[in-house]
Amino acid sequence: MQSYSALNLFRRGLGGHKSWTRAWRDPAPKSHYDVIIIGGGGHGLATAYYLAKVHGIKNVAVLERGWIGGGNTGRNTTIVRSNYRQPALHNLFEFSLKLWEGMSDDLNYNVMFSQRGALFLGHSDSDMIRLAERGDAMRCMGIDAELMSKAQLRKLIPLLDMSDEARFPVVGGLIQPRGGTARHDAVAWGYARAADALGVDVIQNCEVTGMDIRGGKIVGVKTTKGDIGADRVGICVAGNSGQVAAMADLRLPIESHLLQAFVSEPVKPMIDTVIMSQSIHCYISQSDKGEIVLGGDPDMYPTYSQRGRPDRIEEVAGQAIALIPALSRLRMLRSWAGTTDMSFDGSPIIGKTPVDELYLNGGWCYGGFKATPGSGWLYAHTLAKGEPHALNAPFRLDRFETGATIDETGAGPMPHHR
Amino acid sequence: MLLIHCPHCGPRAQAEFVFERPLESIIQIDEALPDLIPKLYSRVNPKGPSWELWRHTYGCQSWLKLHRDTHNHTIHAVLEIGQTPEGGDA
Amino acid sequence: MSQTLRQTKGGRIDRSRTIRFQFDGKTHKGFEGDTLASALLADGVKLFGRSFKYHRPRGVMAAGIEEPSALVGAGTAGRYEANTRATDLFIYPGLKAVSQNRWPSLGLDLLSGISLISPFIPAGFYYKTFFGPPKLWMVYEHFIRMAAGLGKAPKVADKDGYEHRAAFCDVLVVGSGPAGLAAALAASASGAKVILAEQDRELGGSLLTDAATIDGQASDEWIAAATTSLLAKGGRILTRTTAAGFYDHGLLNLIERVTEPGQAPGADGLAQRLWRVRAGQVILATGALERPRLFAGNDLPGVMLSGAVRTYLNRYGVRTGQKVVLTTDNDDAYRTALALAEAGAQIVAILDSRAASAAGNSLSLRRAQTRLPVHFGAKLIAAKGSAKGVKSAKALIDGQITNLVCDLIAVSGGFSPVVHLHMQAGGTLSWNETTGAFSPDISRQNQTTAGAASGADGLGQTLTSGWEAGLAAAKALGLKGSSVKTPPACAEADDQVCRSLADWLPAPQTNLKKAFVDYQNDVTAADLDLAWREGYRSVEHMKRYTTLGMATDQGKTSNLVGLARLALAEGRPVPSVGLTTFRPPYTPVTLGVLAGEHTGAHLSPRRRPVLYQVHAAQKPIWQPVGYWHRPRAYPQGREDLHQSAHRESLAVRTKVGVTDVSTLGKFDVVGPDAAAFLELVCATTVGKLAVGRGRYTLMLREDGMVMDDGTVWRVAENRFFLTSSTGGADRMSAHLSYVRKVLAPQLKVTVANVQEHWAAAAIAGPLAKAVVENLMGEGAAPRHMSLGFGPLAGIPTMILAASYSGERAFEIYAPSHQIGPVWDAIVEQARGLGGCLYGLEALEILRIEKGHIVVGGEIDGRATADDLGLGKMLRPSGGFVGATALGRPAMSDPQRLQLIGLEAISGTIPEGSMLITAKGAVPCGHVTAAGMNVVQGGSIALGFLQGGRARLGDVLTATSPTRKQAAQVKVVAPVFYDLAGDQYRD
Repeated sequence: MQSYSALNLFRRGLGGHKSWTRAWRDPAPKSHYDVIIIGGGGHGLATAYYLAKVHGIKNVAVLERGWIGGGNTGRNTTIVRSNYRQPALHNLFEFSLKLWEGMSDDLNYNVMFSQRGALFLGHSDSDMIRLAERGDAMRCMGIDAELMSKAQLRKLIPLLDMSDEARFPVVGGLIQPRGGTARHDAVAWGYARAADALGVDVIQNCEVTGMDIRGGKIVGVKTTKGDIGADRVGICVAGNSGQVAAMADLRLPIESHLLQAFVSEPVKPMIDTVIMSQSIHCYISQSDKGEIVLGGDPDMYPTYSQRGRPDRIEEVAGQAIALIPALSRLRMLRSWAGTTDMSFDGSPIIGKTPVDELYLNGGWCYGGFKATPGSGWLYAHTLAKGEPHALNAPFRLDRFETGATIDETGAGPMPHHR
Repeated sequence: MLLIHCPHCGPRAQAEFVFERPLESIIQIDEALPDLIPKLYSRVNPKGPSWELWRHTYGCQSWLKLHRDTHNHTIHAVLEIGQTPEGGDA
Repeated sequence: MSQTLRQTKGGRIDRSRTIRFQFDGKTHKGFEGDTLASALLADGVKLFGRSFKYHRPRGVMAAGIEEPSALVGAGTAGRYEANTRATDLFIYPGLKAVSQNRWPSLGLDLLSGISLISPFIPAGFYYKTFFGPPKLWMVYEHFIRMAAGLGKAPKVADKDGYEHRAAFCDVLVVGSGPAGLAAALAASASGAKVILAEQDRELGGSLLTDAATIDGQASDEWIAAATTSLLAKGGRILTRTTAAGFYDHGLLNLIERVTEPGQAPGADGLAQRLWRVRAGQVILATGALERPRLFAGNDLPGVMLSGAVRTYLNRYGVRTGQKVVLTTDNDDAYRTALALAEAGAQIVAILDSRAASAAGNSLSLRRAQTRLPVHFGAKLIAAKGSAKGVKSAKALIDGQITNLVCDLIAVSGGFSPVVHLHMQAGGTLSWNETTGAFSPDISRQNQTTAGAASGADGLGQTLTSGWEAGLAAAKALGLKGSSVKTPPACAEADDQVCRSLADWLPAPQTNLKKAFVDYQNDVTAADLDLAWREGYRSVEHMKRYTTLGMATDQGKTSNLVGLARLALAEGRPVPSVGLTTFRPPYTPVTLGVLAGEHTGAHLSPRRRPVLYQVHAAQKPIWQPVGYWHRPRAYPQGREDLHQSAHRESLAVRTKVGVTDVSTLGKFDVVGPDAAAFLELVCATTVGKLAVGRGRYTLMLREDGMVMDDGTVWRVAENRFFLTSSTGGADRMSAHLSYVRKVLAPQLKVTVANVQEHWAAAAIAGPLAKAVVENLMGEGAAPRHMSLGFGPLAGIPTMILAASYSGERAFEIYAPSHQIGPVWDAIVEQARGLGGCLYGLEALEILRIEKGHIVVGGEIDGRATADDLGLGKMLRPSGGFVGATALGRPAMSDPQRLQLIGLEAISGTIPEGSMLITAKGAVPCGHVTAAGMNVVQGGSIALGFLQGGRARLGDVLTATSPTRKQAAQVKVVAPVFYDLAGDQYRD
């Protein structure tokens, strides 16, 4: 692996950057791997990386239908945080957040993880109690969270509408200072490059078309690049989990929905923090490029189309302007939509399936990006050991059958109601 | 945003409607636990045609059966809840 | 210097109407009809802005919405619009525009020094450096953020108006060039109701630049006649209106700019309007955009698209250069050359990359060959110059490198049909290898593309394709044929074709590090090559790695040039390397117009109880509850919330209090099967309820969790009245409908949502019965959990004897429109007995003390009835929604969170705090609601504790690290007042 550093950038710059070589290889698939990961998104690539790095399992292939990072890794609002109320969730996301903090150095790839703070606004005294409860739950587990007064918010986000006449007046907030944003594409590329350097085969344009299951056990997959054998197979295709699981005759507690997001044209810095709200479901941040990144509710009906409904975007625009009135004359530049794996309690699934040696990582709803390193690490652990780690043990697939669901919002088994 | 032809109200924007669930996930009150669990928690989640239960919540409030493609959004049929389509597959 | 480059005549500007405006603080003059770009170009301004990354000087490249470089800030204060294209801003009196991304000034931009280190900061350089912990990255990032961004951030709220309008039509035509007008005429002549949308301020499209003769008329006359005809047939013409998005089932969003960016609106206060159009058929006549070419310095001020040069000359009367070099791969640039020559410019050279044998035979080319220096097989290697503009060009002519002195380079790299809306609508494309253009292939919706957007070449083809599209659309709608049978026809001399011969290869001597593909984002051909070398070979990887096509122009001029570069590296044809996705919007759209009226105070509805004004007169503290606003407390004198709430709750415990409970969910359930229906919805016994009696009840979700609680009353044998929580009322309404219509269609029962029909006052306290009987007569007060009827203040009312506070209490229901006198009488009577009004805060204190649960508090969507200590209420026989799912093993886990009470041993229990056994321990529960013992004082709370019912007597800490509060608490049963329920009895 060519080392990345300012010095090497300078040296190779002198040669017109002609000597940079491929960040990862373009290998043909081997006939057999110890582990096959289906899905070359951030989670799948991270899984492969940690399999090789932590567990020494290097005979690994990541099979990607299109281009790596082309699914939800490349279609999100890049927010990283661990400020959840339910213990199983904040423990999982905090584990991930800690990995984010060392990721650029670990991968020798700058993923631009910026801890600019993730803020939830409260709009009533009862909002503030719920935020305090969330913060207290986090703080008891050693996770950072601080309540913010109106005066502190005014200083942190001068453009925020703090008037009492607002439809949802801001009365305070809860900030996780270590939360923030990262460069989403770089996460996929960084993991691919680092995994590749450890011997992992990252195989693009290789769609899995079937599974070779014998006697209840998976022994390989059929792909557009031929049949490939494997001792163990991990599905990691959030957005399409149901489609891939169907190849193993599995039905999942997952419905595919669509989540839209959009950015404004770039302007000079105006918002330094990731802003979310307890009463208004929209989230706002500003990218390093200067674009205001906006997202909100999903489209509320099952679809694989990646064609969003315009009224959702319009709603988010109204919400954003209500919070920050100066956004009104900024222009939406680009919008996108991602197919999300909506699970039936709002929490992910990482663990075994009823098919021997076939594992599942999915159901991330619209919260998967922030989990990328933690999810990869824990999935790698689960695939290497054949058993979940304590942190992902609660996220087993059979929890719906037993009733041990992890329901952050308490919305119940209606995927689109959360 | 879809255009849904409500049998009572005519063509109306999707904003007036609420998706409820796939028809196959309707759980009868007396459903036994082994049958209830898959209906409550599993989905075929098809990429293509699907029979679904919607409600014209912000219109006539009727419950409607939609035969809708989840990939290209074509709506093949909209029926009232009591109606069965020709061929009877809903 | 004033309008030095303006021609004395010609063009569509009105020289009699001078408009003064400012650019970077300097006053300029232009004419009515000018864009900011044309007015400044006429004044000899060449430098408009600085590029995103290297701060390179940039001028005007285009004459329309595709402009990547000439971006300005327009307007001031709340009307300031950053990143406004100078080419898409028609000047108005008082316009103030400023250049962007420069410091301290456009001419002297200190950040342009970045250019010096450009060899070391190629595409994606930031991925390879700035390592260290996130804190260190954030130091670098701070400076990167300052340097990035383009325009200044807005600081002030926008007070102007935005609105949404819905419209329907048979045929929507997007674009009013010759194809669009012909299409609209054909559809309209066939009887279709037409909407024609044009992003420009005038109809005509390319005819505004290249006048022609159509159907024997001058094109201006033809456009005017077409306009008259369309309007006469009831069509709607929207100018300055861009079709920004094409969505499902024929829905398009059109954005109408009622005012120009930064301009004060008229009397209606309206700045922009969003049209939501459902169209039966859509015709996309969106034209084509000219592409630049690769040579070093192709971004210098004074390098412009050939068509733009002609537009500035013909439409705005501005000759943008005196000594001109043209470089082209098609015949269209010859029209530019001829027009310039006619206007007195010197054509230094026309460099045509086609071989002489492959060149076209348009009239313009033939004319140019006779009088202008045309070189076939020739290319540009480099443009030389400075921020002041181009000074010379280095060309490859006949294999020789030749220096050409010039002040303008007009470039044409062929034309890309505008296929954005077609693609947004789900269409597919076909590739023309000769012209190097994608044009629409298969349509997925009721839509066709016409004119240059469909690949038509020449005015004749364009008019015909538009006409045919219009007829086809009308036919598809089942309309009768047009009365006019032939398409509009142009004079032969005007029917000039381009005959583009795409040539993606720059001259071999080209310095690719200075050959820009994406001008705004400073992406060069060398950057694309680097990305490819490093393995970013998918078109999406290349785009994301280099930021190609991600600037405010969304790659309108650059995407195909970049794609071709990738295809070249891959050694594959262009279509096989793929295309990035086209998504809305076509051009950027303000968040303000997207939001329309639905922002600020109108973000979501604000529901007010019918007694809102009556409460307001008491100056209460209000509390938002979902959409509702309800009184939280009625402070007297200088009381704060807590003092007021304590006084109010004490009044309820000792005398009497009155509160407004009008917002509760309320349902009439009527019919022979009413009881049977309620037994499906309610988890408690309902069927055995005697007429005139009521009961507390729970409703479960299908997964067994408690969804809501309320009371159910048997009003008559086959008539029940069901109440549910305020916040859950809409959900309950949908749930009842679902059970009734979907699960139990066979039942003979009607369910009506009567939430808004009834308003109600709750009277609670030891003197509550006295209030009722004083008002309604001896014996009028029903006993606890019974109901009665009777007139109060002359109004018929229903009385439910139910208690949430723990005291003897009555809810008096009257029709909403008649509640006023009822409320007044009750309040007067209660006050006479020493009582007072109480709000939600007192209600909260009272219910906590009594151990009553609340939706959104203890009913949190994760709790079963058993978790809430109410398991014994459930009908053991089941048969209700949620019964079966309770059979799952985790539902009876003894370590589930169970409702408990907490009494403070020391300190005040913080609401929402965590319960821990020792410092540093993992929380074993939490406090859901904290209050006080109303009469004796002392901090009490309700909470959830793992296996809590088995831990009564345990001492825990309720800790709130975020508030730095903690209390020692004892676990007790969740009821602190009147365990036996004596207070309910008379």
